[in-house]
Amino acid sequence: MSEHVAATVRPHRKTVFGRFISMLWADKFAFFATTFLLLVVLCALIGPSLLEDVAGKQNLRARNAPPFVLDRGWVYFLGGDALGRPLFARIVVAAQNTMMVAAGAVALSITIGATLGLIAGYLGRWPSEIIMRFADVIMSFPSLLLAVIVLYILEPSVGNLIIVLAITRIPIYLRTTRAEVLEVRERMFVQAAQVMGASSGRIIFRHILPMIFPTLVTIATLDFAFVMLAESALSFLGIGIQPPEITWGLMVSQGRQYLTSAWWLAFWPGLIIILTTMSLNLLSSWMRTALDPTQRWRLEIGGKSND
Amino acid sequence: MKNRIGQRAISSLISLFGLVILVFFLSRLTGDPSALFLPVDASESMRENFRELHGLNDPLLVQFGHYVGDLLRGDFGDSLRRARPALDVVLEAFVWTLQLAAITMTLVTIAAIVVGSIAAFKVGSLFDRAASLLSLIGASAPDFWIAIVAIVVFSLQLGWLPTSGTGTVWHWVLPITILFLRPFGLILQVVRGSMLTALGSAYVKTARAKGVKNNRLIFVHTLRNAMLPVITVIGDQAAALLNGAVIVETIFGFPGVGKLMIDAILQRDFNVILAAIMVTALAIFIMNLLIDLAYAILDPRIRT
Repeated sequence: MSEHVAATVRPHRKTVFGRFISMLWADKFAFFATTFLLLVVLCALIGPSLLEDVAGKQNLRARNAPPFVLDRGWVYFLGGDALGRPLFARIVVAAQNTMMVAAGAVALSITIGATLGLIAGYLGRWPSEIIMRFADVIMSFPSLLLAVIVLYILEPSVGNLIIVLAITRIPIYLRTTRAEVLEVRERMFVQAAQVMGASSGRIIFRHILPMIFPTLVTIATLDFAFVMLAESALSFLGIGIQPPEITWGLMVSQGRQYLTSAWWLAFWPGLIIILTTMSLNLLSSWMRTALDPTQRWRLEIGGKSND
Repeated sequence: MKNRIGQRAISSLISLFGLVILVFFLSRLTGDPSALFLPVDASESMRENFRELHGLNDPLLVQFGHYVGDLLRGDFGDSLRRARPALDVVLEAFVWTLQLAAITMTLVTIAAIVVGSIAAFKVGSLFDRAASLLSLIGASAPDFWIAIVAIVVFSLQLGWLPTSGTGTVWHWVLPITILFLRPFGLILQVVRGSMLTALGSAYVKTARAKGVKNNRLIFVHTLRNAMLPVITVIGDQAAALLNGAVIVETIFGFPGVGKLMIDAILQRDFNVILAAIMVTALAIFIMNLLIDLAYAILDPRIRT
């Protein structure tokens, strides 16, 4: 259906990449969200190597320097922190830890969750029961408290933070995957594969997984925002990332004691957090349409009228 | 219906038991309470006495046996920190959290349903877009940041509201407002989506053809049918609040169960952690039953 519409609207076929770009352009909010997210990812990748020295250099004359003053150079555009380090540079550098924790946690939880979900959905009742009860136990526990206990026992390092956050998010992927598998495995093409003698592994990974992958990616985008907020909250409570490492949440927490005298210390990093999570939300709702073959035409037609 | 309640009670009990085992052993791995509760220069024999007194010298499995034995007699142990029964400490804090959660969820439910219904009815209008934007911000805002920004603006700059504690009605305004945002954003989206589906259905068209007025159409004909998915989300969000709004309670110095749990973990007050978990689990179980009941009232097909 969507192929048909695409073919009639566009005389010559574009590459997959080009098609997604024009579908993105059709939804302006999603387009700006993606641009912003790419910028954040760019900061996370190359920011530390460019600005690490500037971000760590103390300059006591610029302590709590107010924002929007360019006397001390452009890195002080957003002001300075309590030790006179430029806030702008610190936000760029902190992007790396913030993104790494969130991306790591999402990747780990989606891998474990989807694998367990595939097993629970495809294999019989017994494995399914055990896996679902395991998910129930995790779900019934307040995730923040689980994180607090585990981080209190282990070192609060980036790696451990990733593991803790990943554990609390596994049930989401597990339940979604299982529910989708239960539905997909009854379809004709799966039965056909079974009749043709395909192994369970082949059916699961080649026939079922591609069907549920778009759903998982959409949830993962939304979850990325959630994990980011959880990491910020943990760092804010003082049990996440420890100084001298920095994340945005930690910057908010460090700025908290200067609220009355220098609001910008806590304000900017918080604003970046909210912009990032909002962008992820927008991107996720765009994906829900773009990755669904029966809905995709809405964006493809919209893209045409905006050309 | 009765069958289902029984089944759920059993599976909840199994989950809870797993949880208690997990937390019992994990929390004891966080370290020795004697290091926290005795002065730094306490002698080894004093530490030994302290550990002996609280049964911390026994092997972990023996300690666990004692704990379960006491539990079966309804004894949750004493709080190390406050030297009072852990259950009393937890129940006191829980009453605060329960009030906070009840007020917040009532406001959220009313606001989300009204705004979501109107947004769905006038889909694509300015009101609809404003509501979507509001819900987007609500769902993606970091609560600790909003909380401290609100303190700066309303407590420090304008001086309208107190910064923390409890006491007057005004102390409740900021915590409730902050807690309101995220569930409001999420529930609003679900109400809107669900209402859109219901508004397109045949019975609504029939009602409209009969000349039913808009208000009655939205709030009587459509809403009741659109409520089922909404109730599920309300349940999830209420459960999250009952677990204790750790961040908000910490920032505003609110003596609820979330703050109690964080403090108990940091102070290695094991009995309080476990009691708090069991009390909140029971509360969430009861709430899920209420949700089931609401389902049955709204949808006669489920009652059988």
